[in-house]
Amino acid sequence: MSAPAAPTIAGGPVTPLDAPSHRRGDRIFAGLARGAGVLILVLLAGVALFLVVESVPALTASSSELPQGKSFAHYVGPLAFGTAFAAAIALLIAAPVSIGVALFISHYSPRRLAGVLGYLIDLLAAVPSVVFGLWGIFWLAPQLQPGMAWLGTHLSFIPFFAGPVSATGRTILTAGVVLAVMILPIMTAICREIFLQTPRLHEEAALALGATRWEVVRMSVLPHGRSGVISAAMLGLGRALGETMAVAMVLSVGGGVSVNLISPQNPSTIAANIALQFPESSGVAVNALIATGLVLFVITFLVNFAARAVVARRKDFREGS
Amino acid sequence: MATATPLLAEPGASPPLRLTRGSLPRWAPAGMFAASLGAALLVMLVTSFNWYGWGALTFLLYVVVITTVSRRVEGSRRSTDRLVTALVFTAFALALLPLLALVWTVLRRGVPGLTFEFLTTTMRGVIGAGGGVEHAIVGTLLVTGLAALISVPIGLLTAIYLVEYSGGRLGRWVTLMVDVMTGIPSIVAGLFAYALFEIFFGPGVRMGAAGSVALSVLMIPFVVRSSEEMLRLVPAELREASYALGIAKWRTVVKVVIPTAIAGLTTGVTLAVARVIGETAPLLLVAGLTTSMNTDPFHDRMTTLPVYAFSAFATPGFPPEAGYQRAWSAALVLIILVMLLNLIARLVSRFFGPRTGR
Repeated sequence: MSAPAAPTIAGGPVTPLDAPSHRRGDRIFAGLARGAGVLILVLLAGVALFLVVESVPALTASSSELPQGKSFAHYVGPLAFGTAFAAAIALLIAAPVSIGVALFISHYSPRRLAGVLGYLIDLLAAVPSVVFGLWGIFWLAPQLQPGMAWLGTHLSFIPFFAGPVSATGRTILTAGVVLAVMILPIMTAICREIFLQTPRLHEEAALALGATRWEVVRMSVLPHGRSGVISAAMLGLGRALGETMAVAMVLSVGGGVSVNLISPQNPSTIAANIALQFPESSGVAVNALIATGLVLFVITFLVNFAARAVVARRKDFREGS
Repeated sequence: MATATPLLAEPGASPPLRLTRGSLPRWAPAGMFAASLGAALLVMLVTSFNWYGWGALTFLLYVVVITTVSRRVEGSRRSTDRLVTALVFTAFALALLPLLALVWTVLRRGVPGLTFEFLTTTMRGVIGAGGGVEHAIVGTLLVTGLAALISVPIGLLTAIYLVEYSGGRLGRWVTLMVDVMTGIPSIVAGLFAYALFEIFFGPGVRMGAAGSVALSVLMIPFVVRSSEEMLRLVPAELREASYALGIAKWRTVVKVVIPTAIAGLTTGVTLAVARVIGETAPLLLVAGLTTSMNTDPFHDRMTTLPVYAFSAFATPGFPPEAGYQRAWSAALVLIILVMLLNLIARLVSRFFGPRTGR
């Protein structure tokens, strides 16, 4: 770089590669990009931190100051049970259906239709939860009520159907069905993606040995997709645990712990309880609600983390092979 | 099948040795399904008609008939295959049922109340029938717009960091945390925004901007994931060509990489907006509810469409029919908005998207 004048190309001077302005621009831009990444970590830490700080007053308050005059553990216990119970119902319904739908789209439907059908199911994911809530109350609950009445009359010896039967159909079973419909699209999408990644050669080898379509699915598609299906189920579970409005609207709440699926007295869920109580709460009651939110956050965090870990392990395996 | 069961044999007769196996004609499943449909309908008409009974009976009849006939003619392996096929088709029908029911219910109940007046009036001073969603539409657009304004720069820059600077250990952490963030329950995001704004504005704070912050927490991971995917689609040759011309890295990103991926980025952002525009819970907590127009997101409560629909349902007033009608019509407006955004996203990616050959 001993030339005194800057090199020129027809038209004007060219800035040398290591001109200070370039380096400064690069540094600023790289700093911005890294800053955004760090900001996301800070944001997540902030969510956890704020929830913890706001929960402390409720955790240290005496039980007489808390809503319902119970200690915090007794307050959050039934809610946590209701949350897990509703999510479990949803998962039990949604898991087999979504695996079936994913198989239908990936291996059973005509190729040309598959894209359209997948899009139809994805449309379900776009429906806002408040609409699901309205639909659950005004359409689904009345449709399910006769079935629940039948269960209450004929199978009442099973604790799940002990009754008394809800006259409106706004039970935890209905809430579970609504949740199942809501988590169906995400679970289907992940399962479909995983099933489509089955090595073509495995399927063709099975076919060449004379396997029927079900045998192909059972011997090559399902074993290949098992971890994907598990993580899809856990992601669906995480969604169902955190879903708020649909449950808040559909469920008629009685409080307490009960495994009864068809009675009008249902355990509430953490998220629904927050949504319904928060607007009218003040003082320590707000802190108590935030503390239940913290419990929910921790539960969903663990579930999601486990799901991601399953996927990550699988990815390592695939890249290594 | 590890242990193949022998063909079902007539009692007393030894199974004949055959080299080929029978198979049902191609039209057999369709024919048997039609027959089951008809038979079930007949049973229903004789007893009492019921749509669910018809569906369930058809399913049962079809499954029993096809498996037994197939077992007779084709053997147990084919028969299992046909059973599973029937189950898979049923699963798909079961999944479509709620979608159709939902669309039909919302249209039937929502359309009658969807008038020009409904779209252009607020709820100020409305008791009983009448009133509309104008303030809620404005509130939704403001809150969501502000949320997009916060999330898009952060999300896009993070994606650029992950793709262009492939950030080592920090990058891996960010990727992991973005994944975790997609699973944050929306109500927790609302609580976070409340706790954050409470510090500055005191307890009981309600404002549109707090709602935007809550929505941003939910929106940022979507933006990061979709932008990351789109930036990775940009061919490395384009970047290398730019570097070879002596262009600085940041100018390469701004002038080459982003313009190449702009269609995909737009699609991703639009879908992210569509995802959060229907969020109810966080806005119920921190944006609150009001009956009149509020165009200032930094002061006072601000009604949004989902919260409007919820409150019209939860406190319908008297008589309740008017409130329920408003809830359904607001739900319809909301769905139309979401579908429009989805449509825009699809069109953008179809007409301006890169040709990736997929």
